[in-house]
Amino acid sequence: MSAAAPYTRHHPRWYRRRVSVWWWLESWRYTRFVLRELTSLAVAFFALLALWKVYAIGAGPAAYARFLAWMQSPVFLLLNAVAFLFVVYHSVTWFNLAPRAMAVRIGGKRVPDWVIQAGNYAAWAAVTAFALWVLQRG
Amino acid sequence: MAETVQLEVTRYRPEQESEPTAQTYEVPYRKDWVVLDALNYIKDQQDGSLSFRWSCRMGVCGSCGMMVNGEPKLTCAAFLSDYFPGPVRVEPLQFFPVIRDLVVDISDFLGKLKRVKPWIVREEEQPLEQGEYKQTPAQLDLYKQHSMCINCMLCYSACPIYALEPGFVGPATIALAQRYNLDSRDFGAQERLDILSGKGGIWECTFVGECTKVCPKHVDPAGAIQQYKIKGALNWFKSVLLPWGTK
Repeated sequence: MSAAAPYTRHHPRWYRRRVSVWWWLESWRYTRFVLRELTSLAVAFFALLALWKVYAIGAGPAAYARFLAWMQSPVFLLLNAVAFLFVVYHSVTWFNLAPRAMAVRIGGKRVPDWVIQAGNYAAWAAVTAFALWVLQRG
Repeated sequence: MAETVQLEVTRYRPEQESEPTAQTYEVPYRKDWVVLDALNYIKDQQDGSLSFRWSCRMGVCGSCGMMVNGEPKLTCAAFLSDYFPGPVRVEPLQFFPVIRDLVVDISDFLGKLKRVKPWIVREEEQPLEQGEYKQTPAQLDLYKQHSMCINCMLCYSACPIYALEPGFVGPATIALAQRYNLDSRDFGAQERLDILSGKGGIWECTFVGECTKVCPKHVDPAGAIQQYKIKGALNWFKSVLLPWGTK
């Protein structure tokens, strides 16, 4: 760990265990963390899909029809389903960790964790409801 | 016959062996015993050559941190009854170099801790006649949680980033930096931010969050680091967008 610890010479035979490449599989706690980090790929995937969709709409009805056909293919249905699960995991872990980063104080007292979480979930629900409402009108 | 419990204890005797080995001891099982009591029983009754650190036996000194069944724990607070019928695996804190048996080298942590100036930094001291620096309960409350740290290093042992990135100053060090930043008597926040914004500082942390879970004193190092990141990012925005912002 420390290359230049001051009394190294008095302990010439320290034992240091090398960290395995598979350290994140050795404990479920770390596996969960790595899965959470990997959810960023699903977020990127949906961002690329959105760009593709905008491009297809701009390129005309034929291109948009091809885009829709792709989206109905089993490959994309499966990819979207998996990516959706990952994005939900991404959101839930994000909201659950939010109180760690947000130390909000009101009247000198720290706002309890559950209030911060509830606020985040409520905002999520409100945005989702708005998006659904827009889609319904369309 | 009285009940017993087996302890699988890591032994490392550098003068005899090049790698640690596990040695099994059988100790009496008592409901009011913690793992540290069992280790002391071994040392007193069975094998005086077993080496481990301990001092206060009551979660204050931070000396007796070890891996118990793979988790970083204060052995003075890890009851045998929670692991009964065993066996209980006792290993040195992971991610630290082992000196002997259950004793790890903590000099890396101590060096890093010193770098962030974990003491009250004053621009100038007020004259003695003015008396002590007073603080309201609300001002104390701002940093009290982080001040509970006992330097037991369980958070380092829970942090894979510390294992993978040896330059990372680590959870407790950042929590303690934050403890002084939030202290109304302190003026060292900018100095600490300069140190912790650099390599090995707050941005190495990927928010695994395990440091907070294993902390026996509820210091919440993960929270301290994320709050520090927000502060660092705001500071950066100010310095880039508003050239006069940090002046």
